[in-house]
Amino acid sequence: MATETLIWLIPLPPVLAFFLIVLFTNKNKALSHTIGVGAAALSWLASMIVFVRALGVEHLGEHPFESAINWLPLGEEWFRIGVLIDPLGAAVLFFVSITIFMIFLYSVGYHNFGQPAGDHDRKGLPPHGATIEEHGHKHVVPSVEPMYSRFFAFLGLFAFGMYVLVVSDNLLTLFVGWEIMGLCSYLLIGFWYGKESARNAAIKAFMTTRIGDVFMLLGISFLYSATGTLNFREIFGNEELMHRLAAEPALWGLSWAGMIAILLFIGTVGKSAQWPLHVWLPDAMEGPTPVSAMIHAATMVSAGVYAVIRMFPLLTAGWDGHGLTPEMTVVAIIGTFTAIFAATIAVAQNDIKRVLAYSTISQLGFMIAAIGIGAYVAAAFHLITHAFFKALLFLGSGSVIHGMEHGVLHMGNHHVDPQDMFNMGGLRKKMPITFWTFLIGGFALSGFPLITAGFWSKDEILADAWAHGHLVVFITLAVAAFMTAFYTMRQITLTFLGEPRTKEAEHAQETPWTMTTPLVVLSIFAIGYGWVGIPEHFPVIGGLVPNWFHDFVGHTLAHVPEAVEFDPIPLLTSIGVAGGGLILGWLYYRNVKSVKEDIFQIGVLKNKWYHDEAYNATVIRFFNWFSEVAVPWFDKTILDGILHFFGTATQWLGGFIRTYIDVKGINWFGDFVGYGTKDVGHGLRPMQTGRVQQYMLAALLTIIIVGFILTIFLTAA
Amino acid sequence: MEFLNTHLLSLILFFPALAALVIFFFPSEENKLIRWTAFFASLIPFGLSIYLWLGFNPDLAGYQFEVKYIWYEAINSSLHFGVDGLSLTMVVLTTFLTPLAILASFSVSDRVKAYMMLFLFLETGMLGVFMSIDLLVFFVFWEIGLVPMYFLINQWGSANRNYASLKFMIYTMGGSLGLLLGIQLLGVLFQTFDLASIVEKWNSISPDATFGGTAITYSTIKIVAFWAFVLAFAIKVPVWPFHTWLPDAHTEAPTAGSMILAGVLLKLGAYGFLRLVLPLYPEQANFYASSLAFLAVAAIVFGAFASYGQTDFKRLVAYSSVNHMGFVLLGIAAAARAAGTIDATIALNGAVLQMFNHGLSAAGMFFLVGVIYERTHTRDLSKFGGLFPLVPVYGGILIFTSMASLGLPGLNGFISEFLVVRGAYGVGVNSDSVMLVYTAIAMIGLLFTGAYILKGIKSVLHGPMNEHWAHGEHKLTEINTREIFVMVPLMALILIIGVYPAWILDVINKAMVMLF
Repeated sequence: MATETLIWLIPLPPVLAFFLIVLFTNKNKALSHTIGVGAAALSWLASMIVFVRALGVEHLGEHPFESAINWLPLGEEWFRIGVLIDPLGAAVLFFVSITIFMIFLYSVGYHNFGQPAGDHDRKGLPPHGATIEEHGHKHVVPSVEPMYSRFFAFLGLFAFGMYVLVVSDNLLTLFVGWEIMGLCSYLLIGFWYGKESARNAAIKAFMTTRIGDVFMLLGISFLYSATGTLNFREIFGNEELMHRLAAEPALWGLSWAGMIAILLFIGTVGKSAQWPLHVWLPDAMEGPTPVSAMIHAATMVSAGVYAVIRMFPLLTAGWDGHGLTPEMTVVAIIGTFTAIFAATIAVAQNDIKRVLAYSTISQLGFMIAAIGIGAYVAAAFHLITHAFFKALLFLGSGSVIHGMEHGVLHMGNHHVDPQDMFNMGGLRKKMPITFWTFLIGGFALSGFPLITAGFWSKDEILADAWAHGHLVVFITLAVAAFMTAFYTMRQITLTFLGEPRTKEAEHAQETPWTMTTPLVVLSIFAIGYGWVGIPEHFPVIGGLVPNWFHDFVGHTLAHVPEAVEFDPIPLLTSIGVAGGGLILGWLYYRNVKSVKEDIFQIGVLKNKWYHDEAYNATVIRFFNWFSEVAVPWFDKTILDGILHFFGTATQWLGGFIRTYIDVKGINWFGDFVGYGTKDVGHGLRPMQTGRVQQYMLAALLTIIIVGFILTIFLTAA
Repeated sequence: MEFLNTHLLSLILFFPALAALVIFFFPSEENKLIRWTAFFASLIPFGLSIYLWLGFNPDLAGYQFEVKYIWYEAINSSLHFGVDGLSLTMVVLTTFLTPLAILASFSVSDRVKAYMMLFLFLETGMLGVFMSIDLLVFFVFWEIGLVPMYFLINQWGSANRNYASLKFMIYTMGGSLGLLLGIQLLGVLFQTFDLASIVEKWNSISPDATFGGTAITYSTIKIVAFWAFVLAFAIKVPVWPFHTWLPDAHTEAPTAGSMILAGVLLKLGAYGFLRLVLPLYPEQANFYASSLAFLAVAAIVFGAFASYGQTDFKRLVAYSSVNHMGFVLLGIAAAARAAGTIDATIALNGAVLQMFNHGLSAAGMFFLVGVIYERTHTRDLSKFGGLFPLVPVYGGILIFTSMASLGLPGLNGFISEFLVVRGAYGVGVNSDSVMLVYTAIAMIGLLFTGAYILKGIKSVLHGPMNEHWAHGEHKLTEINTREIFVMVPLMALILIIGVYPAWILDVINKAMVMLF
């Protein structure tokens, strides 16, 4: 099959799975997950074939796989949509297809397929466990998710959205995939819609990202209006056009290119949970764990970063390689600030998934900062390594929670939160596979030197910031990296090391193969993927393996970015902050027995710098008041008031006319004429006596008077 | 066949009215017979309009399938009908929605005969507006459509129906007075009511020429007449601040009445803008475009906020119409500002497609509100919540339709809203930067479209299973087969247009290029 055809087909299996499950197989759990996982496998296979073929193409950057069809007739022309796999697209497709496939597989175990139905489980709530009788005595085991099929349907639609986004050759279909994912994240975060917190979190996620999306839509409209196309290659490949965009001034000292880039970037701020629109992401933990991995690693948040990487030529239009353009400065500041800001919060969280959520925000900040300082390849590299190890960590945390839930069900005390790390401890013995893979993921996140993928990608960002003299960015990110290592080790220590702190943790159990296999697969990439991007001039091991990533992805751009010169300072910093953070984290938390002893339980950090409270008290409150009080009042009182005034005024006018003109005027006159005639007649009646003498006398008198008058008049004339 | 081809439009137009007359002779108690007859009778115009669609050549300028009958010779007004790409789209929308609305009305059991007859008369009235190319006939149909709708609300509506139906009727009629005067003026001036020749003659009058023996110049007259036309159509659309009749009328109207009201009747106003205002008053529309855009943006923003603030499910959906129709006017205003440019064409494509799309999604939403209202006899959102586990199929359909209304990419609403935003923004970038501001403000409305849709879903479906509606006499029953049959065509079209809109957009696009 032609590669282009294959690329068109990649997104289709998951969306077909969605429709099949929703319309036909939703009653049958086994069939539904077979369709779902099978579809994910098909897309993965197709992606791998495309990826391998892409590797075989020389100068893929100049001659990518592309194909397009007519979609919207506009005026004399057509708006065309199509697929594009260039080096960046191929690299992204690679990690997306693997993580998606793994997440599908993992979901089978996570939702307890094969377990009995719950005793009193309800749709819309997490399963509460089922009682079974074995060897004469009863015990409670995990029960299967009541909406099992639905989960796979949603997951399929989600995967479809991501694939559409990755293979798109234009910004509009990228946006289509982007928004479909937005819907799915809403549906999946609110999957257990019976929980108040889940439905609020779902709405929060959708609305917060939509704030970014409407700006993005403006950016798309702007770009389209300014260039007449939305196709990436047509815009970025047209040097003259890019010069014009960079030269044309818009507002606030920004060029057109800058303005468009900022508008599009706000979309990313929402989608990739950058400050100040980061608030939805931690709440998104209300969804089932595979969703968290899906949203926070493989797809949605990566999509935001991917979009800015795609728009890199626009963001850097007019950049001479020294200093930063205004729009790049904005991006760099937001990214750097988010990186450190989220890291401070992560230190004080006790929910195993929330720590990861904030670490995600922080790591995305690293990538955004990298793009902001022009480190294109480093950003893409960190995007991919992060996707692998963060998916691993989320799935690992899900495995931990699952194991803990087992313990909770066994003990029967439902007040124990299976996600609170202070209820855990010592899980390494109970859940060895989960432990080792989690350790790999955690070390990758911390940037454990040389071995892990996270080290190489993070080091590249730091090296780039140092080499180009962005000292503030460099120092801030280094501090954030130190904190990352620290809270990661805090998490690992509290969860897996030491002794169990609760009975539940003692009865935790390793999870089934469907869950552990994805962990193992992802941990391979969490280590190995770093080795494809080792800088050429790195001491000792540099040059042993070629820096494939830089060569490959760098060629997406017309002007391949140069690799930075090796410098020992950023390297030593990377090693220092990662090692230091890990060691300090371990030294401190191995002695912390309960939450009361933890000195990082600081109010302002635990409460996430009070962002939710601030938003609720201001923006949300205002808009609620505006829409529930002000606008209805305006409609009812003012607008309807005017209408009713017309009604009343007409009625009054009618009444006035009736009373004063009809009744007192016309009616009166009519009555006057009628009654007057009658009265006159009545008054004259006495004259009609019936006596002829009187009549004769009257006639005589009349003749005399009339004759007299006539005589006067006639003689006068 | 020959007869069919030469009289296609008259057949589509008058068939429903004839069917209504036939139904008049049916015995009143034969409800089932009457319902099915009405349903099949409304399918025939739909079938014929598909035939019309297939036979229509989008590459030709001007009207096709023209028919002309003598009507009022003394003043040169004739029953003159014809369709172009614009009216064709609306005709198809009307004939498509009417059978669905009639099918949706099968649950009505009170005076079925009168109800069905009114519905069929209503269809003729609406189709007449879209097909007329004689101004007087246009106005006649414009007013005719009001009468059946008035009675549908007034007789089959809920508690506050008298107020609502009166407000609907008087407001629309009052607004049309200026339109009638304007049409009379044109008729007197040119001794004809034929739209095409009026447009030509009217636009060739020099603006400095004076009217009759007076000192009033034509530019003044045109400005006055322009606003008179705008007022009539703005009330119908409805544009903020003339929208307050709409939530009342919708809330009180029976379900199918709301479907048609939102689906088709509102389009009459937008159609008026496109068919009469822009061709007759290009300069005035250009000059006042930013005022129109202001009203459009106000409709988008305040419509969204008002919708979000509602506690009545049907009012929430009703206000969403104000929000969505605002995009139609925004597209029209932007196009008026920069007529002839590619930006204008894109904006108009968006506006017309949005008319069609809103017809689908709003009809669907009102129907779904009706489904739940029929079972629970309440529309109060606080009484719902947690219905999803009870009615999963209904829930799925509601989410789907809501997402279409929200403008989710992949479904129809997104395409049209994107085109309007793109067109308006393009006019802003390339012609008049004030449009940039309006487009940007419209985004607030787009944001809150999301808010009210999600609020609706949350308050109806989500939440722990609702015990009140789960058992006994209150037990909520799942959406039934007939109701699913109403929704399936709507949903299918919503999805098809969202994925591959070219088949319909091509017709619209060519019409827009040739018209403006």
